[in-house]
Amino acid sequence: MTKAKIYVMLKEGVLDPQGGVIQRSLASLSFKGVAKVRQGKVFEILLETHDRREAERQVQEMCRQLLVNPVIERYDFVIEGTP
Amino acid sequence: MTEACTSEIIEQHGLSPEEYDRIVQFLGREPNLVELGLFSVMWSEHCSYKSSRFFLKNLPTRGKRVLQGPGENAGIIDIGEGLAVVFKIESHNHPSFIEPYQGAATGVGGILRDIFTMGARPIANLNSLHFGAVDHPRTPYLLERVVAGIGDYGNCIGVPTVGGEVHFDPCYNGNILVNAFCLGLVEHDKIFRAKAQGIGNPVIYVGSKTGRDGIHGATMASDAFEVGSKERRPQVQVGDPFTEKLLLEACLELMQEGKIVAIQDMGAAGLTSSSSEMASRGGVGIELDLSQVPRRETGMTPYEVLLSESQERMLLVAEKGREKEVSQVLQKWGLDVAVVGKVIERPVLRVCEGEEVVGEVPVVALTDEAPAYQRQRKAPAPRGKDIPISEIPTPKDLGRSLTQLIGSPVLASKHWVFEQYDHTVQTNTVVGPGADAAVLRLKGTKKGIALTVDSNRSYSYLDPYLGAMHIVAEGVRNLGCVGAEPIGITNCLNFGNPQRPEVMWEFEQSVLGMGEACRALGIPVVSGNVSFYNETSGKGIDPTPVIATVGLIEDLQAVPSSSFQKEGDRVAIFGRATQGFGGSEYLRLLHRQKVGKIPPMDLEEQKQLLQFCREVVRSGFAHSVHDVSKGGIAVALAECCFSNGIGVQIDRVETDLRPDLWLFGESPDIVIVSYKAGEERSLLSLAKNSKINVLASGTLGGDRYSMESWIDLPLSQLVEVWGKGFEEIF
Repeated sequence: MTKAKIYVMLKEGVLDPQGGVIQRSLASLSFKGVAKVRQGKVFEILLETHDRREAERQVQEMCRQLLVNPVIERYDFVIEGTP
Repeated sequence: MTEACTSEIIEQHGLSPEEYDRIVQFLGREPNLVELGLFSVMWSEHCSYKSSRFFLKNLPTRGKRVLQGPGENAGIIDIGEGLAVVFKIESHNHPSFIEPYQGAATGVGGILRDIFTMGARPIANLNSLHFGAVDHPRTPYLLERVVAGIGDYGNCIGVPTVGGEVHFDPCYNGNILVNAFCLGLVEHDKIFRAKAQGIGNPVIYVGSKTGRDGIHGATMASDAFEVGSKERRPQVQVGDPFTEKLLLEACLELMQEGKIVAIQDMGAAGLTSSSSEMASRGGVGIELDLSQVPRRETGMTPYEVLLSESQERMLLVAEKGREKEVSQVLQKWGLDVAVVGKVIERPVLRVCEGEEVVGEVPVVALTDEAPAYQRQRKAPAPRGKDIPISEIPTPKDLGRSLTQLIGSPVLASKHWVFEQYDHTVQTNTVVGPGADAAVLRLKGTKKGIALTVDSNRSYSYLDPYLGAMHIVAEGVRNLGCVGAEPIGITNCLNFGNPQRPEVMWEFEQSVLGMGEACRALGIPVVSGNVSFYNETSGKGIDPTPVIATVGLIEDLQAVPSSSFQKEGDRVAIFGRATQGFGGSEYLRLLHRQKVGKIPPMDLEEQKQLLQFCREVVRSGFAHSVHDVSKGGIAVALAECCFSNGIGVQIDRVETDLRPDLWLFGESPDIVIVSYKAGEERSLLSLAKNSKINVLASGTLGGDRYSMESWIDLPLSQLVEVWGKGFEEIF
């Protein structure tokens, strides 16, 4: 088994209303000096393959077809090997 | 030429060499890049209506109820008792194709802002959606995301989506249509216009911060797609309905207290269009200092700040000396606010970055004096050629034809769509989605407002002139069924590339047909939107004018349902069954043909039918009234049965037409009325007075749908097919 961790963030410059709400909430809880909050998401996916290259290929394809909206999001991932 | 403006850059800005020469004439010099950007967006098709302005003059825009016609953010119609309705429909086609969820959501956000900038509180949304073929691989995805985007935005901001339409046709495979309509309510003395006045008055920026979203969105909306533009990935605008809600409340509060002079949404072409259009209406100039504009990204150039299309932003002109009061209100609602300029006497848009002037352009050059073209028109080969009835095979089993029709996505129940919309928030909804027209109550009065949005892609393709007349008539008929008097229209004209003479011909014909029908029926067109360049790789959409019609109901008590109400009631089908069934769903679905001559349109007969409908409603005899449209009499009758599961037996049909023609032809002047047994004579005398014939009659009750000797089916079977038909797309 191979574990993949995929990080998805809105592209630079795309409005993040959710991040904005979190930033304001932090301020109202008296956390001073928070300049900006951007919220993204993380996926952990266990793959049956042991082949790192095959895992990368599969993850790329999953991102392209489902996990990421390439119009407004960018992504990065790490393959962590057998858990 | 200056360093900035090479011919390549000019072309990238969507300006022709002739247009560039015109700019140089206006300025008396070459523009710099910032100024070129201003002209590029303001002279885009989207902002300037340069291909359509000349033709739109053919639409009637006046009437005794009209308080505001085209030219403002939205049209306004008087509804008595000191109240008025404000409404408009607008397209968001291109953004919705690229990013369907955000594209559709920001379409709703944009039209809402157009309404509340006029001082009105939005009370209802409608939408008209056209997708590609049902079996096109991208259709389910686009449909799902567009509906989610519309639903989420409307639901979050608390404005009900009370109706709409969904269509499918291969011509929209590469260019879907997302048209959003909004209606608001305003008291006469609270109407607000976007006219900058008062030299020295401050220009104030309100709302979300500015980012690089959708720069050149207006130019993009004015360009045809090339394959690969899915990969183009421009900075998509992301909607934020919660901020918009704050903006709505803040703006209405400011207007209420007379603290501001003018206000306009920063929609397409953002800061540029809002400032120059407000200045133009007031005959004044505006000076902007871009260094004061709240930004959420670093390193933005003046060019980017001016052209950004970040959502949920407004530009307003306040009374001098009241800046502080204005900021207090806005800050109370948690909105970013900044004084970004002032009204000046010289009628120019002067753009500064701090002390430095980075551009200065005469206001009229950007607005009234923008180019207008009478583009070439050429009729394509006739499409509406009649096909002899004998060439159309008669189906053996008419019941099977009905089942197929009613289960097709175009005619099947749209509950999958409208269950995602909150259609009862604000508690004004009397009749929600799925009926002929939506009906809203006006609290504190006996009155109601009726709304409908209609289009007919087959008719408009086969005969754009006649097709447009049919769409107007359909809207008016839908209102007639709920006893409403039509008081105004707003239109969204979706077409291909206007530089193709055939497209321009379709456009001209549609506008002329619409104008004729509106004049004959006495309904003004008070607002609208033109969307050209709906084209991918040289293939344009079929002409698709969409019309939203608004009606006034004097007494809500009398509004009948569109569904059968009671077993034992009688039913009668009134009107005229015509021969032609060109362009019908029947031909398209069962015989795979988008051909034929579409039915003629007699506007005098339409008037009589409307008169009849209104009298039937007023008389109170009718338990239900429903008009016949797509799918013909057979489909309309089935629709009447579904809501309450009441069967029907039609036992007397007077016709010499071929049965399938009578059942599935889409005659434009037929209504189905159910009424209490025993009221027949009174109803018939109303019909006689309006010169309306009875085509068929029967009785309600039981659990079967039976039509003469032609169709006899268990109602449950039809209900099942109708209920599931739409979801089979997925």
